[in-house]
Amino acid sequence: MSQVIHHDEHYDAEGSKIGMWLFIFTELLLFGGLFIIYSVYRFSNQDAFHLAAEELNRTVGTINTIILLVSSMTIAMSTSALQKKQKKTTLALLGVTLLLGLVFLVNKYFEWGTKFEHGIFPGSQYMLDHLSQGEILFFGLYFVMTGLHALHIIVGMVVIGFAYAGVRSGRVNADRAALLENSGLYWHLVDLIWIFLFPLFYLIH
Amino acid sequence: MQHEKTHIVPYRTYLIILVALLIFTLLSVKITAIELGGLTVAAALIFASLKSYLVLTYFMHLKFDKIYIRIMVGFVFAVFLAVIIITFLDYYFR
Repeated sequence: MSQVIHHDEHYDAEGSKIGMWLFIFTELLLFGGLFIIYSVYRFSNQDAFHLAAEELNRTVGTINTIILLVSSMTIAMSTSALQKKQKKTTLALLGVTLLLGLVFLVNKYFEWGTKFEHGIFPGSQYMLDHLSQGEILFFGLYFVMTGLHALHIIVGMVVIGFAYAGVRSGRVNADRAALLENSGLYWHLVDLIWIFLFPLFYLIH
Repeated sequence: MQHEKTHIVPYRTYLIILVALLIFTLLSVKITAIELGGLTVAAALIFASLKSYLVLTYFMHLKFDKIYIRIMVGFVFAVFLAVIIITFLDYYFR
């Protein structure tokens, strides 16, 4: 037990921040690769991508963008609140962030649900019979990229959940804020990816 | 190290950034609704880049971080940009 306490002495906010950034770089390259695949296929199937993008609901996409932007602000504010030693405000802001993440996922659930009802899902016979190859590529990328992004939202919410528990118990405080700061960085990354996914899938027609 | 002064960003800064992000979002929605051909893609990507710049600089604290972290981030984005450019050079001159 005493060893655990000794380990606490090695708290290094800067080191953990670098670690988090290195991890973020790998994430950027993961999604970056997918973005390159998207742009190359878009380049070689312009009309099909144009047609397929019409299927996506711009309003739902815009609402989800706004939700993620607001949640990014609330988690950024929670770090300031923690540094100002306002524990209650920190917890409230984290709670709002978690709630917004959940709303985003619920929207995504209904959005995907509507696609499924229309026979648009990976491996669907309807797509093979009625859609061109370019359109199938578009929806394949749509499901992979927004699905991977939604997975990141879920992971981000779990990480924020740990930060929330830490702040509540006092393990994460103004002098030891790294866990909160790094979960914030991760959440902003998720936001950053969506900032590019949204125009590429929903806006460009 | 322990007593190094951390920069506390005021709530107001974050609120202003959020408003800017929302304005850019609505502008990009409006501008892509107009039929501009190839310019639509460019406009959407310019707005997305502006937004990601704001998120990286303020929300992700790069503005207040040590310079080497900014250099690292800039380097990774430069590598990514180079890969995109090389890919499309390949496609255009095939």
